[in-house]
Amino acid sequence: MNINEIIEYLKAYDGPDIKMMEVCGTHTASIFKSGIRSLISPKIHLISGPGCPVCVTPTAYIDKCGEYALMDNHVLMTFGDMIKVPGTHGSLADLKGEGAHVEMMYSPFEAIEKAKANPDITYVLAAVGFETTTPAYALMIDKAEREGVKNIRLVTALKTIIPALQWICENEDGIDAFICPGHVSTIIGSKPYEALAEKYHKPFVVAGFEAEQILAVIYDIVRQLESGHEDVNNLYRNAVRDEGNIKAQEILARCFEAGPAMWRGLGVIPGSGHYLTGKYAEYDGGSMGLDADMELPASCRCGDVITGRITPGDCPMFGTGCTPLAPYGPCMVSAEGACGIWYRNR
Amino acid sequence: MCVAIPGKIVSMDGDMAKVDFSGNLTNVNTGIIDAKVGQYVLVHAGCAIEVMEKDKAEELIELFGEIEELENEYK
Amino acid sequence: MKITMAHGSGGNASKELMGNIFGKYFKNDILDKLEDAAVLDVSGRIAMSTDSFVVTPLEFKGGNIGKLCVCGTVNDVLMMGAEPKYLTCGFIMEEGLDIDLLEKAVASMARQAEEAGVKIVAGDTKVVEGSGGLMINTTGIGVIPETRDVSAENCAPGDKIIVSGTLGDHHACILSARMEIENEIKSDCGCLKDITDALFGAGIDVHTMRDVTRGGMGTILNEIADSSRTMIELQEAAIPVSEEVKGFAGMLGLDPLYMANEGKMIAIVPGDQAEKALELMRATEHGANAAIIGEVKQLSCKKDNDMSGTDADAETKPVVHIKTPLGATRVLDVLYGEGLPRIC
Repeated sequence: MNINEIIEYLKAYDGPDIKMMEVCGTHTASIFKSGIRSLISPKIHLISGPGCPVCVTPTAYIDKCGEYALMDNHVLMTFGDMIKVPGTHGSLADLKGEGAHVEMMYSPFEAIEKAKANPDITYVLAAVGFETTTPAYALMIDKAEREGVKNIRLVTALKTIIPALQWICENEDGIDAFICPGHVSTIIGSKPYEALAEKYHKPFVVAGFEAEQILAVIYDIVRQLESGHEDVNNLYRNAVRDEGNIKAQEILARCFEAGPAMWRGLGVIPGSGHYLTGKYAEYDGGSMGLDADMELPASCRCGDVITGRITPGDCPMFGTGCTPLAPYGPCMVSAEGACGIWYRNR
Repeated sequence: MCVAIPGKIVSMDGDMAKVDFSGNLTNVNTGIIDAKVGQYVLVHAGCAIEVMEKDKAEELIELFGEIEELENEYK
Repeated sequence: MKITMAHGSGGNASKELMGNIFGKYFKNDILDKLEDAAVLDVSGRIAMSTDSFVVTPLEFKGGNIGKLCVCGTVNDVLMMGAEPKYLTCGFIMEEGLDIDLLEKAVASMARQAEEAGVKIVAGDTKVVEGSGGLMINTTGIGVIPETRDVSAENCAPGDKIIVSGTLGDHHACILSARMEIENEIKSDCGCLKDITDALFGAGIDVHTMRDVTRGGMGTILNEIADSSRTMIELQEAAIPVSEEVKGFAGMLGLDPLYMANEGKMIAIVPGDQAEKALELMRATEHGANAAIIGEVKQLSCKKDNDMSGTDADAETKPVVHIKTPLGATRVLDVLYGEGLPRIC
């Protein structure tokens, strides 16, 4: 088997329509960048799921971060993607223009150095992410605690993928299979998908991020569906163990506890959030209950987009009321948001 | 949802390592992996999240081998 | 020594600065007259461009703000097929600016201007409150020889697209310094006159030229496709990016196709002259890694992906396509917003 045979097979596929969801925004970005849609049969539909932390973040969270950025002696640290998401009083970029303290970070560990160098300033991290990113926050906050660094806070919007997948499986019946997020699976392993596969009778396949790796996974899913299989396969073994990264799971369990989390477009999903706990709770910057979202006009279809009910192009606001330069919903803001990617590649 | 790329550990100091990404050196936390100097690790947001045993070419050979094995199950 | 408000007062400190720094490096028959304005003897079609330069850090691997502000404006003038002649410069200096650093920048400007064959004929300085920063505006003019007609509108189906070297070097160099990532990536900051001289000198009928600066090659090619109402098709595998820049871009989730350069250009030439043009470029210092990366095609009316465009004009929209090594096609759009490092 080689990549050309796989492409030939997928191009020629003429069976029943197949809808598979790539849950992870980095997969969505890879699929566009490698032009995979132009290589496969139009009967194979790739649906972009809710796996972009920026896209599923409600307005209340952005507003909370903005409040900190405007406070004296506080600096808000954020990853680049978050800075343009609109809040009630503008995005963090807008607030920065009005004098708010917003700094870009590459890694959460930067906060410790900064906090030590400027003990009078509180560094507040806009801590968004899924299981891939959460260990970095855990390691950082654990280090801060051990070293007695007190002037750091996390406003968390840390999400876990399994409850979200469960929600989608319960509420959507149109999706035939899932392409599982590669780097989230590095942490949680491929085992957690087994219960879902069994209960909902759908294939779940873990994929890497190169074009060849994604094509191989699409092929595996098509073959599974054709032969009546509903297996969990791990096709990214170089980075994903079946049991995941045990050390990471341990530190997550020590620093965080599960709680309800608001997903824009889906609503509040019980147990789908990670919140600082125990001796680490004092580092929390008020993350619980940031559920309020801006009133969406009836024509905004964010929720339908990230659950795969419609493609971004079907949303009446797409490209008119909502563009990357004047985004309405976060799906359009993020480089990984389904709408943003569709717009750039339309 | 998560960009992560492999880099090679060039030196280690406690739970920090210097990692080389095609000539770009940066400090990476290694608190959740067991790795040695010379190994490749997968890095996300300044944190090594796994040790990678195979290079890209080997990884793809393994992948296509696996697809062939699975194919036998589906027949 | 640092710049203080006194250096902007017009008094003694200002005079000293003029004599010791600007006067020392900027000398020519026009400037030396010290009149209120430079009087220039030019005739024919003139290309004129202005740009303001703001960069942190002020000194970087491969250059400094002084070299940058001459090359940037000279390159813009060159891209119209002009021979650059004269340059003006305006300095906005923040209090606390290191005078040695200023001198280095001014010395670089003088050296770069000489290399490019332009005279710095007028200038101005202002001091403002701040924290040691320096911003420089330069305006340049050049004369376009009658035989040349270079414009984005001139690119036509059948033309080939040549890029003068690896993409993303300046962006990666500056961002590395800011983010404290250790590497050997040097800014490509440089003057493209050797390349334009080589092409025009050999009689290549250059249709379009653009220097690849902010917004990156992706944005620029879209502008060209738009102006000429054509379709541009690139071969991904042919686009030169150094391994180091690839690694850097990968780390931060950036795309070299949208990263800035300060000494790279695109030349679009008739298909039958492309190989010759490539050879000429490769023989120059700034074009050593040049490559043919794609061609210009007729606007097609068929979209080859399944997106339902709500845009009535979608069928005939000028586009840039990229062919991937696996034979797939994707659209290369313009850059939206800043190229920010991202995790997700």
